[in-house]
Amino acid sequence: MPRVKVQRKSTAIDMTAMCDVAFLLLTFFILTAKPKPEDPIKAEVPQSVITQPVPDDNMATLTVGQGKVFFSVDGTDVRKQTLQQMAEKYQQKFSQAEYDRFAVTEVFGVPVASLHQFLALTSEQKKTYQQPGIPKDTTANNELFNWIREARVAAKALHNKELRVSIKGDNKEEYPTIKTVISILQKQKVNKFSLITALRAAPKK
Amino acid sequence: MAELDTSGGGKHKGGKVRSKKASTRVDLTAMVDLAFLLITFFMLTTTLAKPKAMDLAMPDKDEKTKDQLPIAASRSLTLLLGSDNKLEWFLGEPGKSAPTVDNYGPNGLRKMLIEKSKEVQAATGKFMYVVIKPSDRSNYKNMVDVLDEINIANIQGYSIVDITPVEVQLLQKDGLYNDKK
Repeated sequence: MPRVKVQRKSTAIDMTAMCDVAFLLLTFFILTAKPKPEDPIKAEVPQSVITQPVPDDNMATLTVGQGKVFFSVDGTDVRKQTLQQMAEKYQQKFSQAEYDRFAVTEVFGVPVASLHQFLALTSEQKKTYQQPGIPKDTTANNELFNWIREARVAAKALHNKELRVSIKGDNKEEYPTIKTVISILQKQKVNKFSLITALRAAPKK
Repeated sequence: MAELDTSGGGKHKGGKVRSKKASTRVDLTAMVDLAFLLITFFMLTTTLAKPKAMDLAMPDKDEKTKDQLPIAASRSLTLLLGSDNKLEWFLGEPGKSAPTVDNYGPNGLRKMLIEKSKEVQAATGKFMYVVIKPSDRSNYKNMVDVLDEINIANIQGYSIVDITPVEVQLLQKDGLYNDKK
């Protein structure tokens, strides 16, 4: 009697299709990924059940923490234009290289007078540099007020869109600081703005 | 030219010398491993870090606006945000009714807001208006928490208003106006 032989199959599988899919997904995720701007201070945002995502462009963000305010605005062209207007207002001269460097600066928090020094730093030095925050007080014409105002003017001129302002505050930030920022916004009739929050699970109904 | 016979046998006597065809298959397992590792990395770093935006509209500070409607005291609820993550609330005008001390969270503020808004709706037939008054000793998280609870309780009318000295006294009386440690 002949023995029944179990035929041995090769365990190797064709990986080509799998490899294709994997790289397709990889490309997708790499292209949609946006590098997270490094915050000069640690701002732990409060949580809320709001699910509306932050818009991707045309935003000015005020990061508030430890009593300091940092300013960032989307778009390299808007940044450049804003700095030009600010330079005129505060009688400062910036070189072309400084304009270019400012255009790629994600977030900053220094007075206009020390911007030269700040822009001369390398990205490594910026990490350790203690930024004092943008000067803000209750007078009508402080620097933060002008930064927001000029950024709005620049965004309006370049993109013909109203710049959205959002506040990214730290959990532990005391209310008076927030109140100052809000009143600065209200002084230029920005009565509608966004608070950046992290997502928390909605309560069960 | 001299050629080295590598066919290694006498089988091809007189036949053509064939070069061996190497398989074009490459083992893709390692490549797929790497690709999936990177996918996992990018997935985790992108989608989880997406922040959310809470829209907030402040009342117009301009004194010239004339279209301000007075809200009846009977349907306005005032929240005073104090220190130590506590708040006080009262219905109507300050001083008329004693404020109640409450905490943030599902059993404190949320329950109260939902109950009171139902009561006011039943009593006056109109929605309840919440006035938020953060004191200088409260922090940003408290303010966002209150706005969030209002959103959960689905209250239409609310605003953030500066606190008055009378209300600061109320907070002081209940020991909710302590300095930060």
